[in-house]
Amino acid sequence: MKKHLILITILFALVLSGCNSSKEETLDIFNYGQYIDEELLVEFEEEFGVKINYQEYPTPEDMYTKVKAGGTDYDLIITGEYMIERMISEDMVQKINFDNIPNYQYIDENFKNQPYDPNNEYSVPYFWGTLGIVYNTEVVQGNPDSWDLLWNENYSGQILMMDSQRDSLAASLKKLGYSLNTTIESEIEDAKNLLIEQKPLVMAYIVDEALDMMIADEAAISLIWSGEAVAAMGENDKLNYYIPKEGSNIWIDAACIPKEAANKDLAEKFINFVTSKENTLKNIDYVWYSTVHTEAAKEVEEFLYDNPAFNPSQESINKSEMFRDLGDNLKLYDDAWTEVIAH
Amino acid sequence: MNVKSKYLAYPYSIWMMIFILFPLFLIFLYSITLRNPNDIKTITFTFENFAKFFNPIYINVLIRSISVATLSTIICLFIGYPAAYLLTRVNEKNKGLLILLFILPMWMNMLLRTYAWMTILGNTGLINSFLSLINLPNVNLLYNNSAVILGMVYNFLPFMVFPIYTALNKMDRSLIEAAEDLGADSFTIFRKVIFPLSLPGVVSGIVMVFMPAVSTFVIPRLLGGGKNVLIGNLIEKLFLVTRDWNFGAALSMIILVIIFISIKILNVLKIDKESGVSI
Amino acid sequence: MKNKISKLYLSLVFLFLYAPIAVLVVYSFNDSKSRGTWGGFTFKWYLELFKDRDIKSALYYTVTIAIVAAVISTIVGTISAIGIYNMKTNRMNLFLNINYLPIINPDIVTGIALMILFLSANIKLGFITMLLAHITFDIPYVILSVLPKLKQLDNNITEAALDLGATPFYSLRKIIIPQIKPGIITGFLIAFTLSIDDFVISFFTTGSGVTNLSIEIYSMARRGISPTINALSSLMLVVVLGLLLIINKRTTLQFKE
Repeated sequence: MKKHLILITILFALVLSGCNSSKEETLDIFNYGQYIDEELLVEFEEEFGVKINYQEYPTPEDMYTKVKAGGTDYDLIITGEYMIERMISEDMVQKINFDNIPNYQYIDENFKNQPYDPNNEYSVPYFWGTLGIVYNTEVVQGNPDSWDLLWNENYSGQILMMDSQRDSLAASLKKLGYSLNTTIESEIEDAKNLLIEQKPLVMAYIVDEALDMMIADEAAISLIWSGEAVAAMGENDKLNYYIPKEGSNIWIDAACIPKEAANKDLAEKFINFVTSKENTLKNIDYVWYSTVHTEAAKEVEEFLYDNPAFNPSQESINKSEMFRDLGDNLKLYDDAWTEVIAH
Repeated sequence: MNVKSKYLAYPYSIWMMIFILFPLFLIFLYSITLRNPNDIKTITFTFENFAKFFNPIYINVLIRSISVATLSTIICLFIGYPAAYLLTRVNEKNKGLLILLFILPMWMNMLLRTYAWMTILGNTGLINSFLSLINLPNVNLLYNNSAVILGMVYNFLPFMVFPIYTALNKMDRSLIEAAEDLGADSFTIFRKVIFPLSLPGVVSGIVMVFMPAVSTFVIPRLLGGGKNVLIGNLIEKLFLVTRDWNFGAALSMIILVIIFISIKILNVLKIDKESGVSI
Repeated sequence: MKNKISKLYLSLVFLFLYAPIAVLVVYSFNDSKSRGTWGGFTFKWYLELFKDRDIKSALYYTVTIAIVAAVISTIVGTISAIGIYNMKTNRMNLFLNINYLPIINPDIVTGIALMILFLSANIKLGFITMLLAHITFDIPYVILSVLPKLKQLDNNITEAALDLGATPFYSLRKIIIPQIKPGIITGFLIAFTLSIDDFVISFFTTGSGVTNLSIEIYSMARRGISPTINALSSLMLVVVLGLLLIINKRTTLQFKE
């Protein structure tokens, strides 16, 4: 009996300690995994005397499903631009008081007034990047510059595509010269067929493993995001990255404040904290994604600056489109993609 | 507390109603309605979501999922049964230790262990590196159905072994001895004595392996290279990416029905008054 | 000969089970962040582990929820299994069919359904909701482990005990439970294992800064899983192995007495 009592007491203690009743102010942040230097969180807590509840999510879709369902009270969410667009249109985020974010002036003008947040009312850019191709220079001959490389039969079985409908369909659509936001059914149909044609050449449709696989020389060519490319090139100097000449996708991750935020002021202070030059540089050092900060961009390390994945040419940027939230038309993409992978 | 009482289960039945039935009812509602984001009040009832399923693509995916899961379950059974049996033959003091050692790998995160398999099976992975060392050609071990089955067997083997081990462990040795005395050979003893007595455990094992195998999505995504989608991947995508909860719910209901039917079939084949097995 | 074969067979099975674990442990010493290359031997990930606040918090919640959920599910599951065992076939089947639903349902469906349940009851997502969710999907497995043992019970012993004047509770404690103990323990282990490793259901039923290791790991996947997790897994492995060996030593000693 005594043993049982002790057991029950321990259980009780465990459960009670799990119910956190903290008196200090807390800031609830929801972010991608490993997308911030955690020292910044500690520094913010110390400087402002608050506690941060930091939660991560694997994909924006997971995040959206949870937040949409309600019952969450995150003060700050960092996510992709197309998701922010959707959340704005569904009235899930609130306008930011930019008086609280003086560092906003350092954000590159190129990232403001974008279609997803035309009047810059709801979000503050965080990191950005492109969608492109990374390849192993020892396996791939010459200087590839087009989407065609992903369809090159010489490299059959060594090509990686993404298990992400928007990204893979974007590659196909751009190769055909269409917009990656198109809702014209015949264009999507063409893109779909092109992907089905490609399937025998594809080693695998991966999401997150491209990084490891390219570093390990497991595959020779991969559709990849620039941030991952930078990391891969850092560990395997045989790799090179390019944005295809037909144009590609450019993306921005940004911070927004959901409607149910309990600490809007504090969230804004955090955004300002994280967008100072020193903290941005510190963050870049950990995240290695391209920065939106004009001042910080001047001071990044040379190897990053010279890297086309980190620092693409203006020409490439001009030819690239951002993903728009397609709303119900997403169904067209989904059906097309389901057919491709189920084939 | 009356030990013979069936009321012992009633508190749990209330739990089941709240946490199992009610959520399931919600899912069922989703499956027979159409998404109407603008007006929550007007619910349209429809079977459209179910009709959508009758498309060769989806049926293909379902068939593939069931065959992969079935194959994995059978392999688990063939590997797991002997393992369970041999475990019962180990001396008493080591039994507990071995059992815990058996389950220990499962306390390491499944995603991590699946990634580890990719390191082992990949083209530049451990096995292929070893093969190159001894001048043998590379084998394509990853991104195909076999890799997915391997992953499933790996992940679900303990779930097959445990119930069988539990059932075999407390088996009355005297029954075996009696059979031996009566002149039965090993095979007959197994067929007529051991296996029937272990049947409840076998059935539990099959249930615990087949079910998650049918609906898992991480293993086919990673080890299958996303090339051969299983129904779990589809459902996950429908709920998260396409946000077509109605169709996703319908698919889930279809799986439920199919599995219940297979259970009933299993039942018919195995109703045995003595072992009293029913599912 | 038979002995050799059985030892070989079991060794092969264990080799199969532990191969990926060995890989995991080895990579916890890899100086490169990627699984693709070997960068040299290092302890740095272990050191980083101690600084990482998120992982420590996740570890705490993971273990706590797993233990508490497993204990509660085992108790409730065992008692309910006894109740189910006493039912007539038809009602038993109905009960069991409902009981199996969390096992049959894909995780995502269970996770989202439970999330909707909690939200429509206006319960804030956090520790308690995650715990309730875990108990919900643990209990069916406990029942599934205990029920076969109940079916193997020799009813005569219980009847005899009752005839001899034992109270129902006494017969439960002294007769039934000892006989079904293997099933109870199996059920507990399975429940604990499931809870320790769950991602989907936990993700959708938690909040307020409560997270678990699986959520952390899945969220890491996009940028590459940091070897700190490998270090953590290796440590967990060592701790549990150590505990096992200690317990085994003590039971061996008891055996010898």
